[in-house]
Amino acid sequence: MRRRNIPGFKTTMGATLAWLGLLVLIPLARLVTTSSGLSGSEFWKAVWSPQAVAAYELTFGAALLAAVANGAIGLLIAWVLVRYQFPGKNVVNSLIDIPFALPTAVAGLTYGSLYAPKGWIGRFLTPLGIEAVHNRLAVVIVLTFVSLPFVVRALQPVLEDLGTESEEAAHSLGATRWQTFRHVLFPSILPALLTGIALAFARAVGEYGSVVFVSGNIPMKTQIAPVVIMGHLEAFEFDQASAIALALLVASFAINGGINFLSRWSRRHEQ
Amino acid sequence: MNSRDEAPAWVRYLFLFGALVFVALLLLLPALNVLAQAFVKGAGPYFSSIADKDTLQAIFLTTGVAILAVAVNTVFGVAASWAITKYEFWGKSLLVTLIDLPFSVSPVVSGLIYVLTFGIETRLGSWLDNHGIQILYAAPGILLATTFVTFPFVAREVMPVMEAVGIDQEEAALTLGASGWQTFWQITLPDIKWGVLYGVILCGSRAMGEYGAVSVVSGHITGKTDTLSLRVEKLYQEYQTQAAFTVASLLLFLAFLTLGVKAAVEWRLRRQLAEATRKAEPA
Repeated sequence: MRRRNIPGFKTTMGATLAWLGLLVLIPLARLVTTSSGLSGSEFWKAVWSPQAVAAYELTFGAALLAAVANGAIGLLIAWVLVRYQFPGKNVVNSLIDIPFALPTAVAGLTYGSLYAPKGWIGRFLTPLGIEAVHNRLAVVIVLTFVSLPFVVRALQPVLEDLGTESEEAAHSLGATRWQTFRHVLFPSILPALLTGIALAFARAVGEYGSVVFVSGNIPMKTQIAPVVIMGHLEAFEFDQASAIALALLVASFAINGGINFLSRWSRRHEQ
Repeated sequence: MNSRDEAPAWVRYLFLFGALVFVALLLLLPALNVLAQAFVKGAGPYFSSIADKDTLQAIFLTTGVAILAVAVNTVFGVAASWAITKYEFWGKSLLVTLIDLPFSVSPVVSGLIYVLTFGIETRLGSWLDNHGIQILYAAPGILLATTFVTFPFVAREVMPVMEAVGIDQEEAALTLGASGWQTFWQITLPDIKWGVLYGVILCGSRAMGEYGAVSVVSGHITGKTDTLSLRVEKLYQEYQTQAAFTVASLLLFLAFLTLGVKAAVEWRLRRQLAEATRKAEPA
């Protein structure tokens, strides 16, 4: 082996394995050992209780809506940031990362207050009969916020690289602007767009803090899955809590697998 | 408006306007709202909300936990990167996947696993309890949960840089008689420092802002186990809205600081990576 002469393999590998094992693997294994106290049907009943199912529907449904909304909003923002010059562009570009850096409790607190009937945004929505606190709309809005940067950041480099040559060529060949977008531009940004949407979806599915602030946590209506886990935990039903936690973990692996597939496809597409 | 878009002016202005409206509504307004609500009664109440003793305790706890979690994850992250990038071994990609694992775990579950490990119902938990050692609902539990959620950050940033730098220079130093430690401090570290720093910033920012995992293990004891995020929640539930937003504003400033420092480091990290790639390529 060519690399044998660099010292420190045993030390660094030992430290890595010890750290990983003690901090991550052993505690995570407790999910399996704790939920194994349940029989098969009890496990199923915990994972698929009406309350849990309603929570999954909200978690995945709201995350999907937020991710799709971000597909449109992110495309618009990325387009404007790459193609247009305007004063304050650098500031706008750095504002995009706010959701990455802002602690989730702060996001929940300020969104709850903005959309409250007397809040800066709520006071305009209330006369229109639109409520966006303690309901599902509130969850979708706050999830749109936390996952906003993904689509913008996925599209920016692709739009930069794309240049304007192929569009100009399409134009000079007599294509309308819509045809150019539909047949030239859109196919080349689609993989990056889908990757961005998938990343936003994954982030939104995993979100907890901001949602509990704005959702009102009403059982069967506005409870997300981690809140159901919290409920079991507070009732000392550790095995049920672990069962739902395992289900969430499996779902999150499946989503990650999907994202890996998408980004590989996207990279192949670029070449 | 100067642009690389063939569309008529009104379409371009419409797009620009639309994008700016979304940025204002979704990003700018929430941030401004935090400040407006924090200063709603003026500067005096703002600063006395910060000087509140339970809030000060939350600041100390959050900072202390973040420093320890970052220190521990930095040492581990660099060690793991060394083991992974300097040697070939069986199961390498599995190890990388396992290091990334905490990113796929929901915050509440990240706290739950430590309740399951150290809870009083478990053998370990009752043994610790008998010996007067408290992990859960105390600072050690908060530290464990925070370290878990920030586990992969440094390793993930350092690995690609170390990989790009390669091992030629280290081998040369070792051949000339330098010890392993000397090689690490004098050859490796200067080459990876921006990657380490970048990971430290991401790790620290997340550590100070974590809510879900910490909320499960903290026990919410006012003046003892509330972190800044938990303090925000508690003040909000007690209808002390201005105080809640004041604490939130501290976290908001931290977020802006993170973004600023991150941007500065990002630029240097990119240059370091480009240089390493250039050096690694045979002339």
